[in-house]
Amino acid sequence: MSRRDLTLHLGLVAVLFLLHFILPAYHHGVLARIMVMAVYAIGYNIAFGYTGLLSLGHAMFFGAGLYGMGLAGLHYGVPAFPAFLIGTACGAALAFVVGLLALRTEGVSFMIVTLMFSQVAYLALLYFGAFTHGDDGFVVPDASRTLMGLSLSDEGTRYLVAWVLFSGALLGSLWLIRQPFGRVLIALRENEERARLLGYDTKRRKLAALVISGAVSAASGAAYAALFGYVGATFAGVQYSIFALLWVLLGGAGTVLGPFVGTLFMFYLIDLATGLTDAYMLIAGVALVGLTLFAPQGIVGELRRRFWKDLP
Amino acid sequence: MTAILSTSGLGKRFDGLRANHDIDFALAPGEIHALIGPNGAGKTTFVSMLIGRLAPSEGTIRFDGRDVTRMPAHRRVALGMAYTFQITSVFGRLSCAENVALAARGRDADVQRALERVGLAERAAEIAGDLSYGHQRLLEIAMGLAQRPRLLILDEPTQGLAESEVAAFKQLIRALVPDTTILLIEHNMSVVMELADRITVLNFGEVLAQGTPAQIHDNPAVQAAYLGTGGQDAED
Repeated sequence: MSRRDLTLHLGLVAVLFLLHFILPAYHHGVLARIMVMAVYAIGYNIAFGYTGLLSLGHAMFFGAGLYGMGLAGLHYGVPAFPAFLIGTACGAALAFVVGLLALRTEGVSFMIVTLMFSQVAYLALLYFGAFTHGDDGFVVPDASRTLMGLSLSDEGTRYLVAWVLFSGALLGSLWLIRQPFGRVLIALRENEERARLLGYDTKRRKLAALVISGAVSAASGAAYAALFGYVGATFAGVQYSIFALLWVLLGGAGTVLGPFVGTLFMFYLIDLATGLTDAYMLIAGVALVGLTLFAPQGIVGELRRRFWKDLP
Repeated sequence: MTAILSTSGLGKRFDGLRANHDIDFALAPGEIHALIGPNGAGKTTFVSMLIGRLAPSEGTIRFDGRDVTRMPAHRRVALGMAYTFQITSVFGRLSCAENVALAARGRDADVQRALERVGLAERAAEIAGDLSYGHQRLLEIAMGLAQRPRLLILDEPTQGLAESEVAAFKQLIRALVPDTTILLIEHNMSVVMELADRITVLNFGEVLAQGTPAQIHDNPAVQAAYLGTGGQDAED
C-alpha cells in the first residue's frame, strides 16, 4: 500500500470526523445516513467493481442484515452489538448459499438469477408477515439500540458509530484489494479464463468474494436498523439492489473511494433537486445521463483515468 | 523413457464437427515438441483439452503418470502444466509486474527473473494493456515462466514478434530445457525446424505424421497437406 493511497483514504476519514463538529444539524444527519449506505455500496463494489460479478440482488443481503439485526432485537431482546453481528452473519450465510447456486451461471444469467433470489427473499419477508411485520415494518426496540450505555438514536452517537463503521469498511476494502487475494479478484474481473489457467480455483474465489460482499452489505443493513431504528421490506426490494449498482457506477466501479462518492453525489443530487421542483427525478435523470456521457467510468474512475493512474 | 504427458484415443466433437479424432500422442520429459498443421487442423482444440479448457469427447490424458482427463484446469496447473494463450490475454489493467506476480503466486523473486528473461524488466511498472502487441506476447511468456511449470504449452508464441525478438525467444526456449518440457504450436517454420526435437503434424484433426524435423521436412504427406497439391503423389 503506497503512502499516497493511505494518506488520501485516511484523509477522507479524518475530514468526515472533523465534519462531525462543524456540520449543521441537517447535513450532519444526512451524512450519517450516507456513510451507512456507502458501506452497502462498498460491499456491492467488492462483488461488482472488483470481481466483476454484476448482481441485481444485493438488496437481499442488505435486507438480511437489516432484518437479522432488527428481528433479533424485536423478538429476542438481543442487545445492539450482538444483534449487529447476527445481522452481518445472516448476510454472509445468505451470500454463501445464493453464491453456491448463482455462481454456476455468469454474465446476464447471473444478473437474472440474483434478481430472482432477491425477489424470493423479498416475497418471503411479506409472506411471513406474522414474524417479520411485512410491509408495515417495525421499530427496533430501544433496548437493542444502546451501545455501551449510549443511545444510538442520539444524533452525535449515531454519526460517530456510522463513521466508525464506514472507516472500517473503507480502509478494510483498501487493504483487501492490495492483498494477493484482492489482486486475484481483479484478475477474475479482467479475464477469468486466464486466471483459471494460472491455477486459481476461480469458483471458490468468486464465492469468497460474494460472501465478503454480502457480509459488508449486511453490516450496512444491520447498522441501518440499529442507528435509524426502522426495519421495513422496502429496503429488501429491487430498487435497493439498483441503488447499490447506481451509486457504485456513478462513483466509479472498482475504485475504493467510488462507492462513497457515488452515494454522496446521489443523496445530495436528489436532495437539491427536491428543493427546486416536484419533478426532482427529472433533474436527477438528466444529471445521470450527463455523467454517463462524460464520465462513463464514474467520478473517481474518471479522476483515476486523468490524474492518478494507480489510484486503488 | 516414460512420457511426461500422453494421450490415447483423444477426440473432440462440436456437434457434427469432428475437431480432433483418435489422437495418440506422447511427450518425452525435457524435449521440445512442436505441433504443426494447416489452419483449422485442430491444434488449439488439442492443447485446450490437454490443459483442461475443453473436455474431451473421448479418450484419456495422462500427465506425470496420473489420469487428468476429468481434472479441472486449475488442478492441472497445480500439477505443473502451464499454457500461454494464442490470442494475447494478459490482464490489461494491471501492470506487467502484477501480471507476472499473479502467475508466480507469491514467489516474488520469480517475478523479476521472468521479466528479465523475456526482456521486459524495464517495463515492469507499465500497464499491460498499454504495451505493444509484441511485448504483450512476451509478457504472456513471462507469465508462463513464472509458473515454473514442468510442461509449458506455448500457443503460437512468436506471432507478432519482431525478428530480433524471435531470435531471443529461441534462445530463451533452449535455456528452459531439460528442466521444462516444451510443447510448441507454431506457424513460423524456421522456429519449428531450429528448436524442435520432434514434430507432430495434425491435419483434419488427426495425426498425419510424427518425427524429427528432418523426417517431417521430407515427408511427402506433410508437403501435400501444406501445399494442397500432389495429394496423389503423396499416397504413392
